[in-house]
Amino acid sequence: MSPLERRKFVTGVLFSSPWVIGLSVFLIYPLLAALYYSLCDYSVLLPPVFVGFDNYIELFQDQLFWKSLWNTSFFAVGSVSLGVVVALTLAILLNSKVKGLAFYRTAFFLPSLMPMVAGSILWFCMYAGQGGIINTLLAKIGITGPAWLSDPAWAKVAIIFMAVWGAGNSMVIFLAGLQDVPMSLYEASIIDGANWLQRLVNVTLPMISPVIYFNVVMGIIGGFQAFAQAMIMTSSSGAPEQSTLFYVLQLYNVGFMDLRMGYASAMAWVLFIIILGLTFMATQLSKRWVTYDR
Amino acid sequence: MASPNPLQRTTPIIHLPLAILAALFLGPMVWLFATSLQPREQVGKVPPELLPSQYYIVEGGRHLYVTPPQPVGSPKLLVVPGAGPNRGEQLLVEPKQFQNGKLTQAVRVADRVEEQSFDAALVRPVPADAVLVKEWLLSKYAKKPARVFYVARADVKSEIKPVWGNYAEAIKALTSGEKDKGRPLSELLGLSVFPWTKNGAPGRTITFLTYLSNTLLVAFLGVTGTVLSSALVAYGLSRVQWKGREALFSVTLATMMVPFPVLMIPLYSVFRAFGWIGTLMPLWVPAFFGSAFNIFLLRQFFMTIPNELSEAARIDGCSEIGIFFRVILPLARPALSVVALFHFLFVWNDFLGPLIFLTKPETFTMGLGLQQYQSQNGGSEHHLLMGASALLVLPIIVLFFFAQKTFIQGISTTGMGGR
Repeated sequence: MSPLERRKFVTGVLFSSPWVIGLSVFLIYPLLAALYYSLCDYSVLLPPVFVGFDNYIELFQDQLFWKSLWNTSFFAVGSVSLGVVVALTLAILLNSKVKGLAFYRTAFFLPSLMPMVAGSILWFCMYAGQGGIINTLLAKIGITGPAWLSDPAWAKVAIIFMAVWGAGNSMVIFLAGLQDVPMSLYEASIIDGANWLQRLVNVTLPMISPVIYFNVVMGIIGGFQAFAQAMIMTSSSGAPEQSTLFYVLQLYNVGFMDLRMGYASAMAWVLFIIILGLTFMATQLSKRWVTYDR
Repeated sequence: MASPNPLQRTTPIIHLPLAILAALFLGPMVWLFATSLQPREQVGKVPPELLPSQYYIVEGGRHLYVTPPQPVGSPKLLVVPGAGPNRGEQLLVEPKQFQNGKLTQAVRVADRVEEQSFDAALVRPVPADAVLVKEWLLSKYAKKPARVFYVARADVKSEIKPVWGNYAEAIKALTSGEKDKGRPLSELLGLSVFPWTKNGAPGRTITFLTYLSNTLLVAFLGVTGTVLSSALVAYGLSRVQWKGREALFSVTLATMMVPFPVLMIPLYSVFRAFGWIGTLMPLWVPAFFGSAFNIFLLRQFFMTIPNELSEAARIDGCSEIGIFFRVILPLARPALSVVALFHFLFVWNDFLGPLIFLTKPETFTMGLGLQQYQSQNGGSEHHLLMGASALLVLPIIVLFFFAQKTFIQGISTTGMGGR
């Protein structure tokens, strides 16, 4: 290294040093430690004892693990698919010179600002079986609402509806994507005689497919981390009948309630691998249908 | 100017779906604020009411707010017994219970109930069409008992009046009831270098304000930390040419996807080894070491600043750190405010972190405090739960109206919200 290169190296390292420390102490070490703990019997109070793959073997025979994985997948897929459809619909409706645009945009966006704790409490009150506003309104139009959060068949759906209510975030991203679609493409399609639906399917959707892809991936990753809503609306046991026992909720219960941190670390690594796998899969799938050229 | 894009030429009919959707999205928000201002008895009323309304009777020319009227049903007598368990109280009894100045009353004696008679004075007969109302006490912590009135139904009126006191009540209700152990602020923060924070207030009750100040402290320190450190690192990764830069950047990108739940158990033992559990430190110290996402965001922004500016400063004899503070940071203000805003939102909304790392009520943040209150008191007092939730979301809404542009820009460029 020349003296100049060395000086630049020192400068670069100095500027980056907070992150080098942060990355090692708060990210890479914990990630590797979790892998080690997952092979140990560990209760945080005593030093870890190596037990090989016992935790993983037990995990794959654990009914609650599979239950929580199923619940979480159901929630992630449900909330993301419904959320993307709603957000995209809102964005397309708003991507026009409609009067009161600012009002509508604010109306759709505001709920996504709701802190998860406050939002969960709000929906918890609204879903209440007796005197809850939702069932009262449903009764007005002649529908007998389900018991929502106390009905195993509806509890997850109820939490999905609440997630869709926060779709305003994705809507803003879609709106930005829609506004980037070149006008010339629409002009060309009009000259070709395309109608409203054909333009949507052949111009709009392909052009914003990267944005959709991005939203789906981030949504799934976020969905797999769902925690607070279930904890608050249906308690940490994931009542009723563990129908809302989400993966991270179970991880929290095992790790911090039962103090089985080794077992919980195994769950953590399985989660990590699932998320890596999903991201990889999405990347592969996206090559088929996401249009990147503009 | 007419839009050339027919997709942007709209018919008024578009307002119909938009209005329905807007009602669906805003409805829960409106409901939140509406119920947070209603008296306890109005919440859960069928059919539901939006506007807060309170019953009142006129007493001494003033409105005295009362509970919803309950019909008396049949003619009754209002009497005051001179002895027995209800001595001196006004009792509403059936006419047959009160004869010849004697009140016959079921009294619990040891483990059985027997009829006893006491001398009693008649106050007045209460006609069948009268109603019972109680003085409406805002707080269940009120010291005095509510006064009871038997009045004609026509004398009980109602008016639209928000119960602002619900918020005060919610703040009171959130009190965990535990006493502050008198740990000085410096200890909560994990610092002992600030002498002015040494004065704890032993025996001070933990309130919403404790939670609020904890949240604001974590937010302030965290925002300062993440803006400063992420900007420094982003500078090192974008505007200094050095060997290893690309490698570090790739690692940074790769770690962006690691979710917090994967790390939380080892982080807990790391923080435990540092002695940080039970203090606010796990929530703000890591912010001083940068975050992958913010570094990425700022790096992308720094790349767009022309290099000539740095060169000019360098020729003028400015040091690298000088260029960072005096050239790059001022130019990067929009990106820095996005980072600051999102970190603030993150802290304000964070729940899992505080739940795991904060073990003592005097360190709780707002979200955690609210959840603890909700889990301890079940779903009984909806108006207070709504009041407290409204208090949690209100600052964010206000912030949104002041910094709308930063919100929208931040979300559309980064694709991330506050959660």
